[in-house]
Amino acid sequence: MIEMLQYDFMTRALLAALLVGLAAPAVGTFVVQRRLALLGDGIGHVALTGVALGFLTGTAPVLTAIVVAVLGAVTIELVRARGRTTGDVALALLFYGGIAGGVLLIGLAPGGSNSTLTSYLFGSISSVTGQDVWVIGVLAAFVLGVVAVFGRELFVLCQDEEVAKVSGLPVRFLSLLIAVTAALTVVIAMRVVGLLLVSALMVVPVATSQQVTRGFTTTMLLAMLLGVVATVGGLTSAFYAEVAPGAAIVLLALAGFAIALVVGRFVRRGRARETTP
Amino acid sequence: MTRSAQAPGVARPRQAPPAPPAFAMTAGHVELDGRPVLRGIDLRIDAGEMVVVLGANGSGKSTLIRALLGLTPMSSGSAELHGVPPARFRDWHRIGYVPQRLSVGGGVPATVREVVASGRVARRGRLRRTSAADRAAVARALDAVGLAGRAGEPVGWLSGGQQQRVLIARALAGEPDTFVMDEPTAGVDAESQGLLAASLATLVKQGRTVLLVAHELGPLEPLVTRSVLLSGGRVVHDGLPGAGGSGRPSADGHAPHDVPPSGDGARGEQTDGSGCHPHPGREQARPHAYDVSGGPLNPGAGQ
Repeated sequence: MIEMLQYDFMTRALLAALLVGLAAPAVGTFVVQRRLALLGDGIGHVALTGVALGFLTGTAPVLTAIVVAVLGAVTIELVRARGRTTGDVALALLFYGGIAGGVLLIGLAPGGSNSTLTSYLFGSISSVTGQDVWVIGVLAAFVLGVVAVFGRELFVLCQDEEVAKVSGLPVRFLSLLIAVTAALTVVIAMRVVGLLLVSALMVVPVATSQQVTRGFTTTMLLAMLLGVVATVGGLTSAFYAEVAPGAAIVLLALAGFAIALVVGRFVRRGRARETTP
Repeated sequence: MTRSAQAPGVARPRQAPPAPPAFAMTAGHVELDGRPVLRGIDLRIDAGEMVVVLGANGSGKSTLIRALLGLTPMSSGSAELHGVPPARFRDWHRIGYVPQRLSVGGGVPATVREVVASGRVARRGRLRRTSAADRAAVARALDAVGLAGRAGEPVGWLSGGQQQRVLIARALAGEPDTFVMDEPTAGVDAESQGLLAASLATLVKQGRTVLLVAHELGPLEPLVTRSVLLSGGRVVHDGLPGAGGSGRPSADGHAPHDVPPSGDGARGEQTDGSGCHPHPGREQARPHAYDVSGGPLNPGAGQ
C-alpha cells in the first residue's frame, strides 16, 4: 500500500477512487429505491456524446460530458414523468443516440478515433490529472451535499411520488435534482470505471448492502462503505496484479454481492425464527 | 360511545364559523384517457365531518378524492381544499394522505420507523434536526396502529394489512387535521380493520376531518356520519350511512336520509339518534338523491 503511494499518479487515482466509492452508492440508493437502476447506464451512454463533443471542440471532455449528461438526465426525467409506457422506448432511443453520437463525433474530431473513446468507456484511472481530482472532488462534495440536505425529501419522493406531492414537496424540482445528481455521479465515475461500468458502482454496493440491512439509512451507509472498499481495493489489486482497474473494481463489488447473498440468507433465516411468534 | 364522539364534529358547522369547507367540488368533471370518470360532482365536506365515499369498482370514487387533492386534473369544474384550489394550496401539513397500495413501495428496504417518520416531512424544515416533538409524534403514531414493537423491522417483513397500518401511521405522524384515505380497509385482515376503526374513532373524537374511500363499510360503520355513494361518476346518494352503507340507495322515491333504512334495526336507531343531520352539504346533496332514487336503480352500484 505504501509502495503505491510513492507514485503521484496512484495517489491521485486513490483519491479519485475514494470519492467515487462514496458518492456513487449514496446516489445509487435513491436511484435503486426509485426502481431506476438503469438510469446510470442511460446517462453513461449519453455522456459518451459529451466526451466526443469535447474532443471535437477542443474543450475538456469532462466539462462537455457534464453538460451533455445533465441535459440527457433531464430529458430522461421529463420523458419518465410523462408516463412509463412510452418512456421505456424513449429511453432506449436516447441510449442508442448517445453511443452513435459519440462514435460519429469522435470520428470528426481531429486525430480522434474509436480508441480515443476506449479510455472513457472502460476508465483510465491511472491517467487522472491533478485538475481531474479537483473536478471530481467538487462534484463529489456537491453530490454528498445534496444527499445530506435533501435526503429526507428524496426518501419520500422515491417511496411514493403522490404522497410527496400531497406532503407539499416540490416534486418536479426533486425529480430533476436526483436526475442531475445522478448525471454528475456518472461523470465523476467515468474516469474510474468507465461509462459502461458506471452504473455498477451506483447499483451493486446498494444491492449488496440490502442483503444484510433492515433500514434505508443503514443500507445507504453500508453501501458507501462497500463502495469505497470496492474502488480502493479494486484499484490496489489492479496495481499489483496489473489488470484493468475498472474491471477489477466492478468484479470486486460483484464478489461482495455474491458473499452478501449467502450471508444475508443465513442472517434472514435467523431473524425470521426470532420474530416469528 | 360513537354518538357522543361524533357530536363535536357534527355540531361545528352550526356555529357558522368563517372556516371554509375542508373539501369542496363544484360541477366537477374528470376524464381519464378520454373516458369520462366524474360527471358533474357537487360535494361539500365540512371540517370535522367523517365521510365515506362508497361505490363499485369504476364508479369514480378514487378519482374523486384524487381530484380533490389535485393529483388528477379536472377537465371542468372546480375543487377546493380548505377554501383554496389544490394547485395553490400551501398548508399541506394539514393533510394526511393514505394512498391505496398493496405494499409499501421502493427497491431498498426501509424500517417501519423510517417510513412512519417520513410522514413528518411536511412539518420539518429542510435542515432542521429531528426534534423531541418529531420523535414523540412518530411514537404516538406507531402506538396508534399497534406496531410500536415492530418499528425496527423492514416494512417488507409485514403482512399486507400491517403495511397498510404503516401507511396510516405515516399520515398520523404528520399530525394533520384532515385525513384522506383511499380504501384503507381493502384486503386488510380483521385485526388491522379493528385497529383502523379504533384510530379513526379517536380522530373523529378530536374533531378532525376524515374522508375515506371504501368498498364496504365493515367495522367503520358505527363511526360514519355521512356516506356519499357514487355510481357512473355521479353522486347517487349523499346522507346518513344507513341506505348508502348497504351499497344501494333506497328505492322508494324519497331522499334516503329521510327514511330510516329498512332491514337493520340497530343501524336505524343510530340514524334516528343523530337525527336531523345538520351538515350544510345536505341541501346541495338532496337533488342528486331525488334525481336517482326516482329512476331505476343504478346497476352495478351494489356489486
